[in-house]
Amino acid sequence: MNSVFVYCEIEDGTIADVSLELLTKGRTLASKLGVKLEAIVLGSGLKDVEKQVFPYGVDVLWKGDDKRLAPYTTLPHTSVLVNLFKEEKPQIAFMGATSIGRDLGPRVSSALHSGLTADCTSLEIGDYEDAKTKQVYHNLLYQIRPAFGGNIVATIVNPECRPQMATVREGVMKKEIYNPSHQGEVKNIDVNRYVNADVDFVIKVIERQIEKSKINLKAAPIIVAGGYGVGSKENFNLLYELAEVLGGEVGASRAAVDAGFCEHERQIGQTGVTVRPKLYIACGISGQIQHTAGMEESAMVIAINTDSNAPINKFADYVITGDLNVVIPKMIQYYKKNSK
Amino acid sequence: MKGLKIVVLAKQVPDTRNVGKDAMKADGTVNRAALPAIFNPEDLNALEQALRIKDSNEGSTVHILTMGPGRAAEIIREAMFRGADGGYLLSDRAFAGSDTLATSYALSCALRNLSADLIICGRQAIDGDTAQVGPQVAEKLGLPQVTYAEEVLACNDKELTIRRRLERGIEVVTCPIPAVITVNGSAASCRPRNARRVMQYKYAKAASEMQNADDDYISIINQRPYLKITEWSVNDITCDPQDLGLSGSPTKVKTIENVVFQAKEAKTVEANDEAIENMVKELISNHTIG
Repeated sequence: MNSVFVYCEIEDGTIADVSLELLTKGRTLASKLGVKLEAIVLGSGLKDVEKQVFPYGVDVLWKGDDKRLAPYTTLPHTSVLVNLFKEEKPQIAFMGATSIGRDLGPRVSSALHSGLTADCTSLEIGDYEDAKTKQVYHNLLYQIRPAFGGNIVATIVNPECRPQMATVREGVMKKEIYNPSHQGEVKNIDVNRYVNADVDFVIKVIERQIEKSKINLKAAPIIVAGGYGVGSKENFNLLYELAEVLGGEVGASRAAVDAGFCEHERQIGQTGVTVRPKLYIACGISGQIQHTAGMEESAMVIAINTDSNAPINKFADYVITGDLNVVIPKMIQYYKKNSK
Repeated sequence: MKGLKIVVLAKQVPDTRNVGKDAMKADGTVNRAALPAIFNPEDLNALEQALRIKDSNEGSTVHILTMGPGRAAEIIREAMFRGADGGYLLSDRAFAGSDTLATSYALSCALRNLSADLIICGRQAIDGDTAQVGPQVAEKLGLPQVTYAEEVLACNDKELTIRRRLERGIEVVTCPIPAVITVNGSAASCRPRNARRVMQYKYAKAASEMQNADDDYISIINQRPYLKITEWSVNDITCDPQDLGLSGSPTKVKTIENVVFQAKEAKTVEANDEAIENMVKELISNHTIG
């Protein structure tokens, strides 16, 4: 049966988190379909890369190790993927909704005339009946994504064309080891056979500055932010714990950063970053305009504050008046109890 | 040098950023009439980059290509007010229901009529946020692509030097011409309308906008050909009709769920176990967390 493929991004020898998240989801779907999970890594110096991906349940790793494939450029990566997909005929192919995946995915889908759904927030397997022809398709990939500025949620299917392609943003899916001792097979790609050396290397990268920052507040779907009211650096640990449990990041107001509770990289507001997560949990933040300017477009806001008149409450969907040292442990406790 | 022929791909989109209470009809569908139609924001960034290349390369031209209903000629006029030389409206029922791939196919067929040196468009449109049409057009035409462009640093008739804005940094690349460039929202804003150009082009119209025009108007347009916005139907491009519209779209919409609009009204949650557990359950059930 045709496999589930994941294109894995690699930077400085490390597979990107978003790719490991996709492998986790890919493993679940491949098992459900009873097919193999296959990963593709293209780059240079990929010696031990299998050690990074096999624990996520990868059955076959396709490795394209060639100096010309790093740093990423569109055309050679497209050529390798298109030709590999023509031979292997995957039923599903995933990529990160990153600067790379959103550059590569549409190009590959156009070359293969296959459907691609960008920025999916959920991926499931299910059946589909065509309203006109009444033909029923089994075990299609449901590509679920918000559209129209987030005002509708659409479920997209590709009944006829393969592979069914989707991109997903970092942090949307969970990353979970499948089996630490899982072993797969490594297949080396003959890059020269797949690329067209005459036209694929016309774009030259002459300068590249990529920050290694691990904190990516803008991409975090959930942000637990603390203000001066958190009280101390130690109390911030509670926020990290909640963020970890929910799969989010920790942010802070300027007052908390100035007080030394938290590093500057996490500052949200006029002098920090602007974020638009689907959930913003404001802990001990009063809600000065300098801060709210950086978070007011959050889809949902929970405010935890001892002051029932804090300005932040005007932005909140849920207002909890109380001590965060009491409230946050309860949130962690009841999240663990009620999530599956 | 002879100057470059630049085509900017642009889209008229409903302004999804300013969605009001009347944006949904009683039956739960989107009320497009209640949403103002605007020039897709990143396509304006693209127009500015095109105009800058024109400014620094004598003899260059900038034209808009847009696909949409007759009303979409509005954005061609808007671009002319800001400095574009003219535009092409691709309009036909045959294009209805196109996904990104069918859209890219139609646009690439129209672009074959124009033999442009540079095709520049916004990174993505705000009604879909897919960022797929630029790269797909490039693939259909067999051209290299540079996505996420923030600034064209240098340009001659053979090669471009472009700074790209990536998630975690920047990259500077060189790219041969012809090519497709998609411009990021972080690029320079588009210049404003020029008053003289507004006077000159305010009566510019596409054919489908002229249907109800009176004879005086038509005679004025005929005397001033620069007021004619070229309109193409499916018959004006060379294409396989099977690859257009719904039949040319591999993706199908299975279901659409409306996200319910709620007035922002804060719920007060007591700091006790029961209230917090209920809130957490609510957040899990509406997929905010979990």
